[in-house]
Amino acid sequence: MTDNNKVKHPALWTTLFGIVSLAWIFPIVLVIINSFKQKAYISANAFSIPSGKAFVGLENYTRGIETTNFFASFGWTLLITVGSVILILLCTSMCAWWIVRVNNWAAKLLYTLFLFNMIVPFQMVMFTLSKLADMLKLNTPWGLCIVYLGFGAGLAVFIFTGVIKGIPQELEESAMIDGANVPRIFFQIVVPIMKPSIVSVAILEAMWIWNDYLLPYLTLDLGKYKTISVAVQYLKGGYGSVDMGAMMACLVLAIIPIIVFYLVCQKYIVKGVMAGAVKG
Amino acid sequence: MISMVGKAIRRWWALFALPTFAAFIIGFVVPFIMGVYLSFCEFTTVTDGEWVGLKNYGKALQDKEFLHALGFSTAFTIVTTIVINVVAFAIAYMLTKAIKGSNLFRSVFFMPNLIGGIILGYIWLLLLNGILAHWGKALTYSATYGFWGLVILVCWQQIGYMMIIYIAGMQSLPTDVLEAAQVDGANGTQTMFKIIIPLMMPSITVCSFLTVTNGFKLYDQNLALTNGAPSNMSEGLAMNITRTFYGRMGWEGVGQAKAVLFFILVAVIALLQNKLTTSKEVAA
Repeated sequence: MTDNNKVKHPALWTTLFGIVSLAWIFPIVLVIINSFKQKAYISANAFSIPSGKAFVGLENYTRGIETTNFFASFGWTLLITVGSVILILLCTSMCAWWIVRVNNWAAKLLYTLFLFNMIVPFQMVMFTLSKLADMLKLNTPWGLCIVYLGFGAGLAVFIFTGVIKGIPQELEESAMIDGANVPRIFFQIVVPIMKPSIVSVAILEAMWIWNDYLLPYLTLDLGKYKTISVAVQYLKGGYGSVDMGAMMACLVLAIIPIIVFYLVCQKYIVKGVMAGAVKG
Repeated sequence: MISMVGKAIRRWWALFALPTFAAFIIGFVVPFIMGVYLSFCEFTTVTDGEWVGLKNYGKALQDKEFLHALGFSTAFTIVTTIVINVVAFAIAYMLTKAIKGSNLFRSVFFMPNLIGGIILGYIWLLLLNGILAHWGKALTYSATYGFWGLVILVCWQQIGYMMIIYIAGMQSLPTDVLEAAQVDGANGTQTMFKIIIPLMMPSITVCSFLTVTNGFKLYDQNLALTNGAPSNMSEGLAMNITRTFYGRMGWEGVGQAKAVLFFILVAVIALLQNKLTTSKEVAA
């Protein structure tokens, strides 16, 4: 170890970062505090502590859950996220292996298309994609998983091909000489080696799909299915006033599972972010 | 040279490559090609396009709100790219040093990234309106408030993400080069600008690429925080395009033309930026 890692006044820095960290989580704490306030008091004085008449207990939560049908949205969001991520992991890892090992003109063309996909903003295909999904009856949570596989394939294929290029082919060759067929080679030899990158891609895609707003909003049959983001946005409605109490409660309910997930999987999330930072 | 494994799995294309490719055709290739074609058409749905040539592009470029949104997004992207990268770099630099609690601080800074744009927008709407209420104002009072509100929100969200990438880059800096600099008597500023920053260029390329494209693509936060108020003056490009599609009858073609222009803009900027920062990369 060198002196490079030392700083002058480490205690001072700890205090400084401690204060900044508190400021960093303050917006979330503020939402939690306000979720217990009567709605009229929220806009009037956001920084007061709920007490006396302003304190309403869990009233905002019951009303918020009722108006947004929160648990249904939560379920659909979970289903769409888990379904899409599993589909993406399975299909794109297989596709990436095929691209790297076959490596003919078709594979190269496919790879170039996937790279191209990564720089196209969603607005470019927004209208046509949502109409096409409608025509093909993909406007259900299950159909949406296929849409996510299609639109989100680029990044996953890109990361997986990078990993597979680093795997020596001799392993697969010797398995083949021993008589293993192609699917077996992939699932028993290649997949275990790819495991860390599979976790990373899962995290990256899950973060995107769980929080996505426009794609489910435009594609899903909203009378039947809403995701959490869509449900929260619906609370605002057209030009009417927003029920700030229900809004605060729904925000808290939307944040809690994410924070729990973060605390449990933090190590993998950080790795996922770093895997996504490979240069294009 | 085609390997034995390559030959064997080529025949398995229907299982390995086809599912992804089929979904990719539905989810990307066809919508993209249709999108480009329809930008030259007048239409209300994807099947009734009538060729009108460049008319949509003319209308798009004469749309004052579109040009305003372009200016808004450009200014927004420049400000956020600079602030996020400078702050994230500085925080990453300090948090790779021996400071107590640095792991905890990293976790805190990263946390906002996991929360969706819509949710983030409403969280900050509460906080910023709460502050502005002291002066009897609100975020929708003027576009300047909306602009800086969005800047604060996006910085708060993305600084942690870029910090993680910068920390990873700093941890893989070659220690022998840093030691050599120290032995040669380089001071802190010299070490930073002559050694650390040049060696960190790959991370800087990635982070500035991400912040630039995120800046232009911003939609959810924009929708939740200001929804363009007042009178579409705090509206970014992505939002203007979406509103053209779904908010104005008969303007679908113009919306699609704007989307094509938007795509070209994002692609060109991404490529240029990548070239620019890559050219500054050095090997240790």
